[in-house]
Amino acid sequence: MATMNSDDTKRRKRGRRSPLASVALVLTGLLITGGAYALMTAASPANADVNMASAQSISQGKKLFAANCATCHGLNLAGTSSGPSLIGVGAAAVDFQVGTGRMPLAQDAPQAEVKPPVFDETQTLQMAAYVASISPGPGIPASSNLTLTGDATKGAELFRINCAMCHNVAGAGGALTEGKYAPNLMKTTPAHIYEAMLTGPQNMPVFNDANITPQEKQDIITALKVQNQAAGVGGFDLGSLGPVAEGLFLWIFGLGAIVAFTVWLTAKAN
Amino acid sequence: MTTAPDTYNYDPTAPADRRQSGGVTGWASRYVDERTGISYVVKEFGRKIFPDHWSFMLGEVALYSFVIILLTGTFLTFFFQASMAQVTYDGSYGPLKGLDMSAAMQSALHISFEIRGGLLIRQVHHWAALLFVASIGLHMLRIFFTGAFRKPRELNWTIGFVLFILAMAEGFTGYSLPDDLLSGNGLRIIAGMVQGIPFVGSWIEWLVFGGQFPGTAIVGRLYTLHILLLPAAVLAFIALHLVFVVTHKHTQYAGPGRTNDNVIGYPILPVYAAKAGGFFFIVFGVVMLMGAFFTINPIWTYGPYDPSPVSAGTQPDWYIGFADGALRLMPGWLGGPGGIPMEFTILNTTYSLNILIPVLVLGLFIVVVMAYPFIEAWITGDKREHHIADRPRNMPGRTAVGAAGVTFYAVLWAAASSDLIATHFMLSIESVITILQFSLFLAPVLAYFVTKRICLALQKKDRQIVLHGYESGRIVRLPGGEYIEVHEPVDEYERWKLVSFNEYEPLMIRPNAAGRIPVTERARAVVSRWFFEDRIEPVSSTELEVAHHH
Repeated sequence: MATMNSDDTKRRKRGRRSPLASVALVLTGLLITGGAYALMTAASPANADVNMASAQSISQGKKLFAANCATCHGLNLAGTSSGPSLIGVGAAAVDFQVGTGRMPLAQDAPQAEVKPPVFDETQTLQMAAYVASISPGPGIPASSNLTLTGDATKGAELFRINCAMCHNVAGAGGALTEGKYAPNLMKTTPAHIYEAMLTGPQNMPVFNDANITPQEKQDIITALKVQNQAAGVGGFDLGSLGPVAEGLFLWIFGLGAIVAFTVWLTAKAN
Repeated sequence: MTTAPDTYNYDPTAPADRRQSGGVTGWASRYVDERTGISYVVKEFGRKIFPDHWSFMLGEVALYSFVIILLTGTFLTFFFQASMAQVTYDGSYGPLKGLDMSAAMQSALHISFEIRGGLLIRQVHHWAALLFVASIGLHMLRIFFTGAFRKPRELNWTIGFVLFILAMAEGFTGYSLPDDLLSGNGLRIIAGMVQGIPFVGSWIEWLVFGGQFPGTAIVGRLYTLHILLLPAAVLAFIALHLVFVVTHKHTQYAGPGRTNDNVIGYPILPVYAAKAGGFFFIVFGVVMLMGAFFTINPIWTYGPYDPSPVSAGTQPDWYIGFADGALRLMPGWLGGPGGIPMEFTILNTTYSLNILIPVLVLGLFIVVVMAYPFIEAWITGDKREHHIADRPRNMPGRTAVGAAGVTFYAVLWAAASSDLIATHFMLSIESVITILQFSLFLAPVLAYFVTKRICLALQKKDRQIVLHGYESGRIVRLPGGEYIEVHEPVDEYERWKLVSFNEYEPLMIRPNAAGRIPVTERARAVVSRWFFEDRIEPVSSTELEVAHHH
């Protein structure tokens, strides 16, 4: 490279012709798309800029509701033969059911499945605003109740006593009757956990604020999330499913590897 | 034993450091041998021959996992406190800080989070325990399906089976020690099973737990069993098991030169001593890797035991799964809810058939498996010694019975994870249970017939190969116009393997000296017919002769 020291070459090695240009370009592109994706997906309901009380949100919500929900829940929220009444459910239930993708329902199944949400945050909140305006009920929790600053010890104890019999002590989920189940909680957002306790969706009982106070709800959320972070202490957690996963792993991979070694040790040289 | 003449002539005038040949090694071995006579043992034992086959190393895996368990278990006892005294947790795991728990749980957490290498050793101990029971299971399946339990090894089968049960007991007592929520739920089930015994159940429960469940005594008691009585019993039975292996010599598969009266293989010294030593480190390495990379029994997630919470998805370790499955499959009412109740009270005594029936069925299953060598010997009436292991296909009756037993166990085992099957395959738990309830009775029957047919078909194929050789796929036209496919004859070594097996026929009952046919003989004839009615006879030398001239 010592021979290439003319001005022309120098200029070419700088600017958009620099060998690092393409790397920088790809990096910038990745940062922008990744950043935008993170911004869009990480935005919690409280961050979305929707005024829940404004007439505009409510009228937008009303339109969305009429187009997407009224077939089953009725135009006046009173329910029909194919869907329950929404009287008294409030904004939290809408945010939970629509925000986790459970509603609109995909099919008539034992219970509504979690799936990629059909509506974005704004639309979800507009529908929540509309429903809350007609049938007031538990509201969307304040973001101050969702920070992971609760008492994890107390939360874990509350979780073991109130939740573990269906959701499993590690939050891995569990079976209920007739094909229903308590879902895995490991990837559920703090807001959705809070709203589920507040509204008791599907087969879940309602844990209202007199039963489990907002502070205790925050403790439970803190415990679940801290426990998730600590799950890797002993290595891969095998789905936190307990002895069944451990036994299968041992038989298939542990004993499998050892049998492979025995075959190798007794193989005859060809 | 011949003693070598003493080479030392006592001579007080000779210098004290009279040198002998062989250097330090020679001196050391002479020193030891002259005082212990060990050369005789080394000569005899070192020349012991073992045949080479991968399936003969499975029992070794169990032995090595036990060694790993002893080593890691000793480490754990340095730090574990087997006490149910209430303490307040103040260790480094945040989500449990300030919680009341037993000293046992606290010390188990202390081992996991504060003792250097403690979590690794705990996980290695637990993985090795799972491997211990699993390798015993696989080893037993090998022994069963190759008929290596036949005379003179029936007693050793029984000893091995006792080891299997002791291993399960070791596992269960160890699983309960940390006093975490998961194992506490398991103990609660055991307490319930004990209570289920009519009349004396409650008394026995109070005796075992030192009062009402959970009490404050059980962890200490299980600890004594876990580290004192049970390991001593396991060691004693392992010693007995190995003495019998040496006395009986190892079985071998049929092959060129291998007969019922010899053992062909390699000597312990130097071949097997090196191989087995290396294999120990391989097993240790595999278990270490599992302990290092895969969580087992995360008690910090489960939390301390408290009788009120019960977690969804509570299961025992895999080897107790079949018992848990039996309890899950037992219906509360015969004929669905509202049918005949399986738990009822007569004169102030509760009869819990929903617990007693599964316990009795499991007990019967265990006794039948344990006594199988004696049952089969009674059916065949074969009093000969057998040192050549069967190929499973050559004993279709036994292989089919074994397959049925394995299926029965597998259904019970699957039932222990009925809830996980339901959630992971999107099924309803009721239908999973119902299907498994029916499978418990029907699947073994199906497995029996399918296995028997497969064995007979494989035997037919072997017979075909011995008599007519392999199809070569080469079509030749003869001068007369006839087309034939050339068959490659099987070589003599291979043929040896294919034709040497025992031939049994259904028993012909004859009156005894008193001119009567006892009921036991009639029963034996029925079972024997069931076992041997469908059979393929080994190719005889006359048939071979004929085939050769063909």
